[in-house]
Amino acid sequence: MAYGKYTGLQGWVYRGSTPYYAFALHRLSAMGIILFVGLHLLASFSMQQLLGTWGTAINTIYESWWFQIIVVFCVIFHTFNGFRVAILDIWPKLIKYSREAVYLLWAVFIPVYLLTVYLIVTNAFAAS
Amino acid sequence: MQSRYVPNRGLNLDYIMWLFTRISGLGIILLALIGLGAAMVMGARLQMDLPTILRWTFMPNPSHVVNSNIPDVTIGWATDFWQIMQYLVIAFVFTHAANGIRMIVEDYTGTSAWRPYIRALIALAWVGMVIIGVYVVIGSAY
Repeated sequence: MAYGKYTGLQGWVYRGSTPYYAFALHRLSAMGIILFVGLHLLASFSMQQLLGTWGTAINTIYESWWFQIIVVFCVIFHTFNGFRVAILDIWPKLIKYSREAVYLLWAVFIPVYLLTVYLIVTNAFAAS
Repeated sequence: MQSRYVPNRGLNLDYIMWLFTRISGLGIILLALIGLGAAMVMGARLQMDLPTILRWTFMPNPSHVVNSNIPDVTIGWATDFWQIMQYLVIAFVFTHAANGIRMIVEDYTGTSAWRPYIRALIALAWVGMVIIGVYVVIGSAY
């Protein structure tokens, strides 16, 4: 891409292929999980051992239904994409189907995630 | 022009941790599936709701399901088997996470003079989180 040339919206789009988006989301969801699980563990430690209020405050946010939607996205995506990466690395002959593997990943991830979000939201509104 | 640094072939930290990431990732999925299956078996007996099943899937700890509508948490939930499973989850998850953080940070910092200190900081956080996790497991209601 030439320097100084106006590319418009096209310039924002990564010209690689779909596995890159899976890689970027894998990394983002990894940091999300570390943040959630780390805070959740510290909060549980606080509730159990220190009887502190900050642990209860963090866990209240953590257990709220809108936060669970984000957590569940990170966990389910990281699980399925990590499974894909592990399978492709254990059997390197499958790497020629890496693009199809990403399509399969989305084909599995989207129904599972939408079903989970549906259950979370219906549970949240049924409880309130 | 400087030649590119190529790590030694054979066993080195990056290869071992690359292998460990794959194995522990599959191991965490296996542990979660065992937890999910057992939660469904116990849930059929105790009229368990979906959040409880998922809580047990993520972390098979009796105090993890205390907030659920189960009359007695200790039935079938608090055994030595599940305590070993919790230790396995903690060991796998935090080692996997610490190595992931190391990889992400080193992708942006490279082989700078700071690298030993960054690694020491991550190792300290890893040991600290494992100790806190084991402490929470030991301190759980039995």
